[in-house]
Amino acid sequence: MWTFSCPFIAYGDNALEYIAQIQGKKAFIVTDKNIVKLGLVKLVTDQLDAVNIKWQIFDEVEPEPSLDTIKKGGVAVGGYQPDWVIGLGGGSCMDAAKAIIILLVRPDLEPDCIMASDTYNFRAKARLMAIPTTSGTGSEATSMIILTDTKEQRKISMMNLECMPDVAILDPVMVAGMPPQITADTGMDVLTHAIEGYVSTWGTSLTDGPGLIATRKVFEYLPKAYKNENDLEARKEMQNAAVLGGMSFGNSMAGLGHSTGHALGAIFHLPHGRTVGLFLPYTMEYLINGSEETTAKYAEIARYCGIASGSDKECAKALAAKILALAKEIGQPLSVKDCGIDKAKYEESIPGLIDRALNEAMTMTISRIPEGEDLEKIFKYAYEGKSIDF
Amino acid sequence: MAKFMTQEWGELYKEAINNNKAYEEAAKTWEGDFYFVMEPGGPVKEPFYTYIDLYHGKCRKIEIVTDPSKYKPEFVMSAPYPVWKRIATKELDPIKSMITRQAKLTGNMAKIMRYVKAANELTNSTTKVPTEWLD
Repeated sequence: MWTFSCPFIAYGDNALEYIAQIQGKKAFIVTDKNIVKLGLVKLVTDQLDAVNIKWQIFDEVEPEPSLDTIKKGGVAVGGYQPDWVIGLGGGSCMDAAKAIIILLVRPDLEPDCIMASDTYNFRAKARLMAIPTTSGTGSEATSMIILTDTKEQRKISMMNLECMPDVAILDPVMVAGMPPQITADTGMDVLTHAIEGYVSTWGTSLTDGPGLIATRKVFEYLPKAYKNENDLEARKEMQNAAVLGGMSFGNSMAGLGHSTGHALGAIFHLPHGRTVGLFLPYTMEYLINGSEETTAKYAEIARYCGIASGSDKECAKALAAKILALAKEIGQPLSVKDCGIDKAKYEESIPGLIDRALNEAMTMTISRIPEGEDLEKIFKYAYEGKSIDF
Repeated sequence: MAKFMTQEWGELYKEAINNNKAYEEAAKTWEGDFYFVMEPGGPVKEPFYTYIDLYHGKCRKIEIVTDPSKYKPEFVMSAPYPVWKRIATKELDPIKSMITRQAKLTGNMAKIMRYVKAANELTNSTTKVPTEWLD
């Protein structure tokens, strides 16, 4: 048995007006201070005011939310007892909302003990809405929660099918002014979700469709969104691509680009999309060198996107090259060195990077599972920007 | 060849774990014990409890117990026989079995998630045991 889930999605111009149709009395908005400052929270609270739904804002979510922040949010949501919890922001805010809504019914729970197999039944108290302000994580369409254990400098990936939002609202006004750097970082995240979801050993034809379309949309619209923040068509298509990417990997699994990228991000505190996007072509090369099955899947993507024709290997390599070209076009780092990380510090961290990457579930859902030795080489090659030849 | 989840099978499984170098490396700092509970279903009429004590990359003990109060392990993983069979033959990923609630784990999930590689190797070890299935 396997399952496919996704939220009800209101999208396009004026999608925020869908809020007028929800039933409820009190909404608890999980967001960050910057989103409040940008006036994006007000766009939502105006809609809530119009239908007499009271609201409270919890704006303490930081990038890569910590377990302590979730606990604080848990106390606040328990005090407010809402019937809606709204994750409003990037992936950090939406993931935080998913964890916080569980604490609404289980205030005793340590946030890193959220179990995939447990039933929390939080919908007896409140429903979950996600309103993304970036086009990247796809968290609005997944059951996944990524938190950070700041003491151990480790990302914690959790999942519970109940955490799929009831409603996701994709209104282009929420992403219209996104700066180029965030557009690029989050856009590379979409691409990584889409490609890794497509080639995951847990993938099926249900996850293939969203993965393929999301990939093609990213190649077409990410450069446009990056170069012109007011290109609303590009913004809308990237919003859709992010959701499709979420549906793809969220119903299959991400892969080695994520486990290596998570490890780098946890230790060197870099944005999630930038790190997973950086490792994507390297980890693809690793799979191309050792897995015919995945090479064939990459080739399917390349052909669908009109990137190459020819043998599977040629097409797969062309896809990896196209990703590097895209990264260059949108000012993303092509190597770990480009991230400004000191070589000595990086080499010192390699055992920790390997340990983290080896112990991610996503490392187990690819067709060529590396041992520590191969991971060490991948991390070293990626530092120098050297093509993977093993 | 040993019947699944009998003491004889347990001894072979223990041997397979202790011969698995990848497990030893991945679990070198692991300390924790389990009950694997086979719930009634299919050919299984009564629950089976298999106690497994894992310590620093080695399996110290496997014991089939009839009285579950004998041990208080840190983790309990429960599933019906058909699910265990699919996990043990690698037809079903243990994480996937939990996501879809075909199997249930109690204990500190955060601790398990730091040892995903070791958990994967534990499953790999089951495939090394010549097993007589119950159906």
